[in-house]
Amino acid sequence: MTPMRESSTFPRTVIAEIQRAAREGIYDIRGFGAKRAIPSFDDLLFLGASMSRYPLEGYREKCGTDVAIGGHHGAPPLQLRIPITIAGMSFGSLSAPAKEALGRGASQMGTSTTTGDGGMTPEEREHSSLLVYQYLPSRYGMNPDDLRRADAIEVVVGQGAKPGGGGMLLGQKISDRVAEMRDLPAGIDQRSASRHPDWTGPDDLRIKIEELREITDWQKPIYIKVGATRTYFDTTLAVKAGADAVVVDGMQGATAATQEVFIEHVGIPTLPATRLAVEALKDAGVHRQVQLIVSGGIRSGADVAKALAMGADAVSIGTAALIALGDNSPDLDEEYRKLGSAAGFYDDYQDGRDPAGISTQDPELASRLDPELGGRRLANYLNVLTLETQTLARACGKTHVHNLEPEDLVALTVEAAAMAKVPLAGTEWTPGN
Amino acid sequence: MRQLNQALHDSTDGSFEVLRPDGRHAIAVGLDSAATVTIRGHVGYYCGGMNQQATVVVEGNAGPGCAENMMSGSVRVAGNASQYCGATAHGGLLVVEGDAAARCGISMKGADIVVGGSIGHMSAFMAQSGRLVVLGDVGDAFGDSIYEARLYVRGKVTGLGADCVEKEMRQEHATELAELLAAAGFDQADVGEFRRYGSARKLYHFDIDHAAEY
Ligand SMILES: Cc1cc2nc3c(=O)[nH]c(=O)nc-3n(C[C@H](O)[C@H](O)[C@H](O)COP(=O)(O)O)c2cc1C
Repeated sequence: MTPMRESSTFPRTVIAEIQRAAREGIYDIRGFGAKRAIPSFDDLLFLGASMSRYPLEGYREKCGTDVAIGGHHGAPPLQLRIPITIAGMSFGSLSAPAKEALGRGASQMGTSTTTGDGGMTPEEREHSSLLVYQYLPSRYGMNPDDLRRADAIEVVVGQGAKPGGGGMLLGQKISDRVAEMRDLPAGIDQRSASRHPDWTGPDDLRIKIEELREITDWQKPIYIKVGATRTYFDTTLAVKAGADAVVVDGMQGATAATQEVFIEHVGIPTLPATRLAVEALKDAGVHRQVQLIVSGGIRSGADVAKALAMGADAVSIGTAALIALGDNSPDLDEEYRKLGSAAGFYDDYQDGRDPAGISTQDPELASRLDPELGGRRLANYLNVLTLETQTLARACGKTHVHNLEPEDLVALTVEAAAMAKVPLAGTEWTPGN
Repeated sequence: MRQLNQALHDSTDGSFEVLRPDGRHAIAVGLDSAATVTIRGHVGYYCGGMNQQATVVVEGNAGPGCAENMMSGSVRVAGNASQYCGATAHGGLLVVEGDAAARCGISMKGADIVVGGSIGHMSAFMAQSGRLVVLGDVGDAFGDSIYEARLYVRGKVTGLGADCVEKEMRQEHATELAELLAAAGFDQADVGEFRRYGSARKLYHFDIDHAAEY
């Protein structure tokens, strides 16, 4: 008998998915980001100081982390103490305590948080010192009072997990409050649009942005968020359309609920997207004037520092922030197992039964998340990211994290070297140059 | 434009006249007062966008997105309106005396829209709530993926979109239709000539046997 051998073409996960598809007759919908291995910031290294560069003293010599976002067209920019922001995640996909905790954590660290596809809740406004208000295709809960209450407006064209896809919120998460905010019946599966209802293309978008500026008396910075696909052109067009900041979300960026096939197979990783966006800003002559915020798979200060070294002005985090609040905690392993998952694997944000009380609208589950404690944990985590980023910047001799530059980087793989356009470690070779 | 909108934002009520609008975009957007603004001519994109309380009258044609996301108050277009008029509007009354182009009332969320002429295709797409009244004809894919909005049409409908069906016109509907027609200044129209359309609610929960309709 031949020994048992797992197929690389049909490994157990693939077999299980075919069986599930045959059983259920609907594509797999889940939360979280892409799980496949892709080239990432892990494939870059810093060179650090040496004979020709000298480092800063850790803890003694100052290494700045502040950044101003969004002043390009004259609105008061958001003054962030750290170059790490909290990405847009909707009330609806997340519980009210989770939104509040994100606001509290971000505010403690002097950074911004962002609403999402479901409107602004009073709790998150109250607990977020700097709140970015998303302007999405669905326009759920969109209203001029909240536009004026916001500190900035983010026009969402796309998201890394699903460039070209619309939102989904399954019936089990449409509580009465969520339904009311979205003007929808409670309990129904809700599919939100993938295109904006009243503009198509960058020329229209320019006029749309002009309207938003007029409505808010030119007082709000306007960001444009795109999923990473044709990033060079998207960034160029976003600048032309009048963006004060561009948010580029790589394909590994998470979602609350999207088809698995979409999450894993559409878009380009954050690594090449960062380089393309920076190139576009430089070519348009607005690098550092129109800020670039990158997101998708940011986990550590190393990721932050590498994104900044490649030319981003700030990063944004989703998944990592949720994990900091308590998502996928080993303490909940038993409960995750009852849902057919396990701590470290849980990705069913669409399902509404999150034992951590984060991706749910069930009042009992949501009440498990203490927003103060969650906020504290998020602040701790943001603090660690910041300290790590400064550690790397100091090692490269920089007095501000924004002084990191591509010259500080090398690549570990040929792929990453080509995507980031930095030399392969130990060589002078940058593929494509 | 900046000065005009700023002046409108700064006022608490009163009457304004905009002469020679020349098709400019974003005229009288973001108003939040009981002001009356009469625009003597054609306007570009997003006229009356996000209106609250104010009365905006366009004595001409309106470009795309007229009265988009209106919250309350009213916008009246004496001529025709381009695409996506009344898009995502949450409240208030939009009246188009002439025709409206494609995607009229797209994703509307509670507003009332009354069109004296005909409207284009994909109108009331994903319409969530509110009421749309059309005295003329309607293009293809009307009310596609509609939620709870109520649609009334006097003329013919080229085609209904997914999950949109004709519904019985009961007394309460005739009453609300008569009120809407009166509010829009079309009181002479005969309520009995209208048909009502709305959601079959079959797409509210995913069902494999309706997969082709998504
Ligand atoms: C629960 C959840 C809800 C989200 N909701 C939105 C949303 O409403 N609008 C949006 O633009 N992005 C949304 N996103 C995507 C995030 O804004 C962000 O792009 C992504 O999480 C970044 O990648 P990361 O999770 O790897 O940090 C959501 C993500 C998650 C995890």
